[in-house]
Amino acid sequence: MTETDRYVIKQISIFSENRPGRLAAIAKALTEENINILAFSIAEADGFGVVRALVDKPKKAYEKLTGIGFNVAFTDVIAVKMRDSPGGLYEIAKMLANVQINIEYSYAYTGKEGGVLILRVDDAEQAVRLITSLGATLLESRVFQ
Amino acid sequence: MMFWDPRVEEMPKEELQKLQYKLLKTLVYRLYSFSPFYHDRMKQSGVHPDDIQMLGDIRKLPFMYKRDLRDNYPDKIFVAGQDDLVRYHVSSGTTGKPTVVGYTRNDLDHWTASLARGLVSCGLGRGDVLQVSYGYGLFTGGLGLHYGAERVGATVLPTSVGNTERQIELMQDLHTTAIACTPSYLLHMGEVAEKMGVSIRDDTELRMGILGAEPWSDTMKARIEDWLGIKAYDIYGTSELSGPMFCECSEQKGFHVWGDLAYIEILDPETGESLGPGEKGELVVTMLQKEALPMIRYRIGDITSYDDGVCACGRTHPRVMRISGRVDDMLIIRGINVFPSQIEYALMAVPEVGQHFQIVVDRKGALDDMLVRVEVSRESFSDKITDLMAIRKNVEHKLRNTLNVAVNVELVEPGSLPRFEGKAKRVIDRRQL
Ligand SMILES: [Zn+2]
Repeated sequence: MTETDRYVIKQISIFSENRPGRLAAIAKALTEENINILAFSIAEADGFGVVRALVDKPKKAYEKLTGIGFNVAFTDVIAVKMRDSPGGLYEIAKMLANVQINIEYSYAYTGKEGGVLILRVDDAEQAVRLITSLGATLLESRVFQ
Repeated sequence: MMFWDPRVEEMPKEELQKLQYKLLKTLVYRLYSFSPFYHDRMKQSGVHPDDIQMLGDIRKLPFMYKRDLRDNYPDKIFVAGQDDLVRYHVSSGTTGKPTVVGYTRNDLDHWTASLARGLVSCGLGRGDVLQVSYGYGLFTGGLGLHYGAERVGATVLPTSVGNTERQIELMQDLHTTAIACTPSYLLHMGEVAEKMGVSIRDDTELRMGILGAEPWSDTMKARIEDWLGIKAYDIYGTSELSGPMFCECSEQKGFHVWGDLAYIEILDPETGESLGPGEKGELVVTMLQKEALPMIRYRIGDITSYDDGVCACGRTHPRVMRISGRVDDMLIIRGINVFPSQIEYALMAVPEVGQHFQIVVDRKGALDDMLVRVEVSRESFSDKITDLMAIRKNVEHKLRNTLNVAVNVELVEPGSLPRFEGKAKRVIDRRQL
């Protein structure tokens, strides 16, 4: 397993119309399959949105959601550990700005591993190399999946 | 044989128009005197037969509609008595009540002559075996083609519709060279033949199809021609005109409408304004010689355009293009006519979205606002909002170019739009509220 493989996490992305009940439908479907949602975010545009979620069983989630009609895609993301105290996000954000990694989007959550910043980057291999070389900690994908 | 009736088919345009004027004048006098229905209608419009002084004066005459036949069921609108009729046909209306049409001996002769000219113009004649797979009976398709083909000396095989395997066997055994049916039935036949291990292209002598009685597209035509290895000619008509009446010539650039039998106009369906060659609008037909059931400025409800130039085949009579839609489906957005079929066509060029769509029309202030919902296909779904926005922009751009009106596009989940439920669900017009 390469360095990149070890840190690349399979996020599921779900196309969703902006109408009531769509998020509930997604959550209900995942509950039925006993799939745990570890983190999620919603990106909204005019009239539609993309729900992004880290789940413990991404393949099963993909099959379930596609089966009930959702438009679902896998997306590679990486997870950077943040210091769980004031300034934790600032440290990481400053570091990423300095190394000029092209970030498509990011979202954060706090779990039992502490604060975590999820990043969608253009070039995962380069991002893994740069972030680890700067001494930051990346969470391995097996922590989630 | 190139022409069935060369004197008429190649008649100089000027002479043809003179003939049309003479026939129109006679028709209007006859109806004013003998048709209580049309007499009243002319009175209501304030038109007298003397007002018809030139061919263009036809525009002064009131229209006729399908509902006029329904309202006068079964034969109250007929001008001939029953003893002068030699046949009836009945069409089952899609909106309930059927309509009845009647024919005098001359009416049948004109109908058959019209088809004889058309069939010869696309190369059918003596030596051909024409399989008529239109329904025989109350429907006009079967008997119409039957007598037209017999008249030009082709051998008719009157299979009517159904029992497709038997039709394919007969096609092989009797060496059918031409078939008359709906384009969708011919495609079905091709599939059934393949299942039987028969290739229509290689194992039969079929070389042409005379296809109509339902809307079909260029794509369908290309598929029929390429797959089955035949030429596909469009044929047009409705029972009110007599039946299948006008057929494409060997040029395949629209069906010739015989000017001595019918006068055509293309109108803006909303304003009634007359449109020129090449402009899309509603086809309005006046039958110049019908006796039992004359039709004047009949609004069939079909959308098409026409070409008035002399055809490369030598015929001087105008050509009408394949029907592209129905007036009932038309929407008017900011004064521009929009047809759902145009949207369907534009979406075919955008693989990122499916071909299903829904139109929502609303009024924002004084302006019409048109929203088109399309489904993002599974293959092209990206996690990136920017990609999705680009797809939407692209669809908006394509629709604007096709429709000449600004459109907002909404991306929806695949499978969420209603399917095959007709206009009711495909168009939501909130403007009347
Ligand atoms: Zn021609």
